[in-house]
Amino acid sequence: MLEEAAPEWLSEEVKTGTTIIGIEYDGGVVLGSDSRVSAGETVVNRVMNKLSPLHDKIYCALSGSAADAQTMAEIVNYQLDVHSIEIGEDPQVRSAATLVRNISYKYREELSAHLIVAGWDRRNGGQVFATMKGLLTRQPFAVGGSGSSYVYGFVDAEYRRGMSKQECQQFVVNTLSLAMNRDGSSGGVAYIVTIDEHGTEEKVILGNQLPTFFDQ
Amino acid sequence: MEKHCTESRVKGVSTGTTILAAVFDGGVVIGSDSRASMGEEYVSSKTINKVIQVHDRIFCCIAGSLADAQAITKAAKFHLSFHSVQMESPPRVMAAASVLKDLCYKNREELQAGFITAGWDKKNGPQVYVVALGGMLINQLVTIAGSGSTYIYGYIDAKYKPNMTKEECLQFATNALALAMGRDNVSGGVAHLVVVTEKGVEHVVVPGDKLPKFHDE
Repeated sequence: MLEEAAPEWLSEEVKTGTTIIGIEYDGGVVLGSDSRVSAGETVVNRVMNKLSPLHDKIYCALSGSAADAQTMAEIVNYQLDVHSIEIGEDPQVRSAATLVRNISYKYREELSAHLIVAGWDRRNGGQVFATMKGLLTRQPFAVGGSGSSYVYGFVDAEYRRGMSKQECQQFVVNTLSLAMNRDGSSGGVAYIVTIDEHGTEEKVILGNQLPTFFDQ
Repeated sequence: MEKHCTESRVKGVSTGTTILAAVFDGGVVIGSDSRASMGEEYVSSKTINKVIQVHDRIFCCIAGSLADAQAITKAAKFHLSFHSVQMESPPRVMAAASVLKDLCYKNREELQAGFITAGWDKKNGPQVYVVALGGMLINQLVTIAGSGSTYIYGYIDAKYKPNMTKEECLQFATNALALAMGRDNVSGGVAHLVVVTEKGVEHVVVPGDKLPKFHDE
């Protein structure tokens, strides 16, 4: 009764219980995520960057089981490299999303990760794809992870077509901040990646610099 | 932390629902959707009113098992009218909330209902109280509950401002209900809103087709 039990988090699955969001604007995309990785009730990493590059101008946002999501991203990264050498030019965002979808559909019973794929290519500009459990759909914006439930109302109300790059970045930061406040599995800092024709810009917004709301 | 009750554990008719209440400058707005469902597939009523009047200026909204909620509000109405006769004055909103809380807490093993109590009284003006599933009672400026509330936490946090006007608060509540009904398949129908101020009580019903529409509708 008095012996020390092994800490719970050693035996709990590590999840990126999370909030991720991707939104397209005319000329590019903005991807955002929180930074908390939990194992049961413990936060095992409070600064993880869940925005993973698949190619120069294509990123994916990870959510769900940390192992599954990371492995999927690594495999697709490799497959995309091979593909882009074969075609001799930068891959399309849709190709990257299809590769992710192929893995998540084939192994949909075993895997529990949801990746949002977003990027810019010459043919179709900025695009965001959701690939949950094997479906592939292009959307103007997509939210995912456990924290996304709390912000469906907010994104439904606030999204407008034709927002500028700055408005999209602000939209992403506000959404992440609201979700991180309500979801126990989301928190830490916010990572933002903006991808357009000219390049990729990564930014970190620290916890105390996130927008606050009326009850804070 | 309240336990989430899943549809499968609630027997019979459940008000898979969205309810909210918010304080504005001079009063409160209480609102709800109007759908009652059995399981997750069948809508047993499209137009049920979940905002119940327990006294002249005190209302409560129910979430969870409809049967439990109706039984509790009936008992609460009785206790409150008795209480107000004894005190020879209208009951305080806190009194109404406490009556509900006592009923919920004493019977917490068997019951599956949560409440939002809101109203106006002379001592403290407009107030909103939430009684959660196990019997916890807290006072807040704005509160939401029910299955549909999960989707509008972000909206409420972002858009609520203390000391809004009545019109702003009504618009805020209507928007919030519309957004929740849009995402939650067990919330829907019409939006019932009640505005309580010192002067009196005003009912507003917003039919489904007059609810605000958002970008993808």
